[in-house]
Amino acid sequence: MMGVDRREFLKIAGLSGLFGLGGKAAIELLAPGEVEAQLSSAPVMKGKRWAMVIDAHALDDELMDVCIRACHREHNVPDLDDPKVEIKWLWKEEYPHAFPGQKHEYIGDDIKHSEFLLLCNHCTNPPCCRVCPTKATWQREDGIVMMDQHRCIGCRFCMAACPFGVRSFNWGDPRKAPEEKNPDFPTNVKYPTRSKGVVEKCTFCAERLAKGQLPACVEAANQIKENALTFGDLDDPASIVRELLRKHYTIRRKPELGTEPNVFYIV
Amino acid sequence: MYDGGKIITGLIIGLLALFLWPFFYDRNGQAGVSPKPELTAKAKEAGQCVAPTPYMREYHMQLLDDWRHTVVRDGERYYDTSEGTWHLRVLGDINDATAGAGERHYKETDRKIYYKSLQVTCMDCHSNKSKFCDECHDYMGVDPYCWDCHIEPKENK
Repeated sequence: MMGVDRREFLKIAGLSGLFGLGGKAAIELLAPGEVEAQLSSAPVMKGKRWAMVIDAHALDDELMDVCIRACHREHNVPDLDDPKVEIKWLWKEEYPHAFPGQKHEYIGDDIKHSEFLLLCNHCTNPPCCRVCPTKATWQREDGIVMMDQHRCIGCRFCMAACPFGVRSFNWGDPRKAPEEKNPDFPTNVKYPTRSKGVVEKCTFCAERLAKGQLPACVEAANQIKENALTFGDLDDPASIVRELLRKHYTIRRKPELGTEPNVFYIV
Repeated sequence: MYDGGKIITGLIIGLLALFLWPFFYDRNGQAGVSPKPELTAKAKEAGQCVAPTPYMREYHMQLLDDWRHTVVRDGERYYDTSEGTWHLRVLGDINDATAGAGERHYKETDRKIYYKSLQVTCMDCHSNKSKFCDECHDYMGVDPYCWDCHIEPKENK
């Protein structure tokens, strides 16, 4: 039998521990991204911190309506025609409401009444996820603040926690939405509806990203106006979103709260 | 007790009638016949589901639960039949009814990748929900709430 003295044993133990813990990190240093590339054989779009840049100069009423319509039709969001119970993933809001910290009384009328496209900011530090008692909403590794409707118990803590009002509650069964407003509901038979008593919001089209497609609103906007909405990975310095953020002055909604929103507006 | 004999006899007859009533009610033997799920032409043509039929029959709910968990929470939207979760749970040779419990021996002949979706993938083949899903579920008295959100295929009933 091969003899191993105490010193030898400790050496081996130490080394194997080092490789065991640092194995993936070490490979990452030598060949970044290669491990991920091998792991994902299926067509999945990978990112580390998804973000959206919205060019406010490109926004007009028609473009925003097209985006909203594309999003809501893609995700079977009903039109309930009542602000008390409405469900919205993507919507329009005037400047003073979208950016309340930035308004002042002498602001020009054209800016004051200009509308912005609002959606979930997929914050880096999302308060909604901290309060969810069932982890029905949580932050994925790629930064998307995701909803698991199977787990949502409808407590609406997340709605209270979100400072941006991006979350909507299903006060009733969406399939019982008024027919005259929703003649062909559900509009996308490849996507589920929700049930009564759950909270919903934008998911950055996680299901489309998984197929290598851009979010529905981005795709719809770019068919009308190139680069009105841009989607990409903030972690990649060469990405278009990073390029846009370098070149232009951008603002975010309520940055003072420290939630680090990942939706930027070029103004 | 007055007329004790008659009362007790009456009670016994009553109890017997109560307990034997189901047999009388089902004198045509219909209740014991379990429904057979009907396959659509498309499902028949495919020949095989995402996992072997005996597994699907017993564990489809666990597979669906696993799918919804991995899709929504882990973002893994594709299912590889050669690495399928069902490998872990089936004991014995699934192709051989006479084999005893033990190691798993099922040989994957045809590796396939599926998009994990009840609504898009499962119901594409099994588009006859009322005959394929509901009949058995009704018989077993289960009422899965999948369809509260997931849209069922349109059927020509």
